[in-house]
Amino acid sequence: MSTPKTLYDKLWDAHVVHEADDGTCLLYIDRHLVHEVTSPQAFEGLRMAGRPVRAPERTIAVPDHNVPTTAGRDDPKNMTEDSAIQVAALDKNAKEFGIHYYPVSDVRQGIVHIVGPEQGWTLPGMTVVCGDSHTATHGAFGALAHGIGTSEVEHVLATQTLIQKKAKNMKVEITGKLRPGVTAKDITLSVIGATGTAGGTGHVIEYCGEAIRDLSMEGRMTVCNMAIEGGARAGLIAPDEKTFAYCEGRPNAPKGEDWDKAVAYWKTLFSDEGAHYDKVVTLKGEDIAPVVTWGTSPEDVLPITASVPSATDFEGGKVEAAQRSLDYMDLKPGTPLSDVEIDTVFIGSCTNGRIEDLRAAAAILKGKKVKDGLRAMIVPGSGLVRAQAEEEGLADIFKEAGFEWRLAGCSMCLAMNPDQLAPGERCAATSNRNFEGRQGYKGRTHLMSPEMAAAAALTGRLTDVRDMM
Amino acid sequence: MDKFEKLTGIAAPMPLVNIDTDMIIPKNFLKTIKRSGLGVNLFDEMRYDREGNEIADFVLNKPQYRETEILVAGDNFGCGSSREHAPWAIKDFGIRCVIAPSFADIFYNNCFKNGILPIALPQEQVDVLMRDAEKGSNARMEIDLEAQTITSSDGDVFTFEVDEFKKHCLLNGLDDIGLTMENVDTITTFENDVLTDRPWI
Ligand code: SF4
Repeated sequence: MSTPKTLYDKLWDAHVVHEADDGTCLLYIDRHLVHEVTSPQAFEGLRMAGRPVRAPERTIAVPDHNVPTTAGRDDPKNMTEDSAIQVAALDKNAKEFGIHYYPVSDVRQGIVHIVGPEQGWTLPGMTVVCGDSHTATHGAFGALAHGIGTSEVEHVLATQTLIQKKAKNMKVEITGKLRPGVTAKDITLSVIGATGTAGGTGHVIEYCGEAIRDLSMEGRMTVCNMAIEGGARAGLIAPDEKTFAYCEGRPNAPKGEDWDKAVAYWKTLFSDEGAHYDKVVTLKGEDIAPVVTWGTSPEDVLPITASVPSATDFEGGKVEAAQRSLDYMDLKPGTPLSDVEIDTVFIGSCTNGRIEDLRAAAAILKGKKVKDGLRAMIVPGSGLVRAQAEEEGLADIFKEAGFEWRLAGCSMCLAMNPDQLAPGERCAATSNRNFEGRQGYKGRTHLMSPEMAAAAALTGRLTDVRDMM
Repeated sequence: MDKFEKLTGIAAPMPLVNIDTDMIIPKNFLKTIKRSGLGVNLFDEMRYDREGNEIADFVLNKPQYRETEILVAGDNFGCGSSREHAPWAIKDFGIRCVIAPSFADIFYNNCFKNGILPIALPQEQVDVLMRDAEKGSNARMEIDLEAQTITSSDGDVFTFEVDEFKKHCLLNGLDDIGLTMENVDTITTFENDVLTDRPWI
């Protein structure tokens, strides 16, 4: 019998074009997603070398990182000058090199990691890359997906391949059922809390177990999205009937005979019994609580019922880092997390900007008002998510509650557009990074689920959503 | 790409763990469409106050570290985003080598594409080099990529691991794309086979 393979092994083997003696491989790339921030220098490189894009039909571009999320944005005059330059560069490069493109004016525009799956570009069994670390999101489909730098973007544009060495296999199993009020975001944050931001370094994580199977495709994307925050090159979930149902009928998914052939192939994409993992982490679904971050690293995770830790609770280099975090976040050890007051709420990003996230937030906000004086913003992940939320009446719930209802983009996830925290402001955010300055210079970020962010909007402090259910 | 063979230079100590890409180059500097000119904004929020004045006690602002070519840092250096602006800023400042107990994957790869040598060493050895770096401009570290050694100013010698292929490219300043293009026929064959098996690609 042949050696049992993991899902990652299978995906890898199916894409190796060439392997050198030292194990360095040339890996074929099925889908290349491109956005305006990490691509201009790559296209410039092609132009200088006189090279075309090798597979423009497998290359998809969309501006998302620094587009404004307010009305009138398709007029470049309403963008800052340098944002307009980057977006114009993407417009020009997409046209000149003949790649698929969703401009700002297109209803299908949105965050690249939301648009890819939505349009059926991301499918099981594929290799997907993008000049953005949260490309890991697409692993939810059983696709090998990871972020690359600009030099690699240029390499993929020119050759449709990537030079890679195989990573190690890591299994993260979430057993049993989640308790009420606990979401995919709590799973992924709790895993990082348990393993640290370097816990997955050098590995590809496969998430499995009953709690993962039970998640919708949206939830699975949330989990895989943050694999990178755990240091892993990619996150993976084996495709199943839910995956196929999500893909079926999408604009770029196969049809007819090709569809049947594809599904037959996708059904072979699972880890074989007895396959070897270099590292295994198991969490019990029942043990996971709604969590928030207190510090400036995504590993600084605690249940909402806990209190702010003290730097001396840690060891080694983390003592200094924790102290720095506490100072930056202006938090006193021992303060109950649910006493921490916030002034801003941001619901959106490629982690939690999908329709299911908006439905979850709306369920908490329905018929209620955000706390006086609080700034609250909802930024749908794509124009289509936005349209659907309007159709379902969610937009009205948000507006009546006092949320700003924005156009699609990355927005305050990384604050490259005008949506930023002012120094000292404290935000309950559904995004994925709480680094210093991430949401604005000296801004303070607490990461959490959309449900928890909605609850915080109502009370004006970090809040256990279970108290509102 | 610039070659990297040997380097003797000033090393700056940054003992912090989890130095992320947002610290290395904050996002307001990502709006460039060029690769150069980012060095002045390396570690911008740690290096300057809001008015743009230098913060005197930040290591790279100290007189003895202004010509730093080597960085000695804490665990998990370069975590966070895939932005290549991080290695571009490091390189543009004049730093050609980063030493740390571990690196984030994407950042580690990005370094090699830009003529920067990232070296991962066990914590105890990084601690020794950190103390050496604290001595300032009198202490010059020597990095020899061919021999895979670091020599501290006290004469301690540490050997380091580096992938053969990456070493070869760095030593010779080779461009990945050019190398891959030599395999273009293999790519075409692979592509044709795949399209037969998986026509939906
Ligand atoms: S939403 Fe945030 S994490 Fe996602 S792609 Fe945009 S900036 Fe990156």
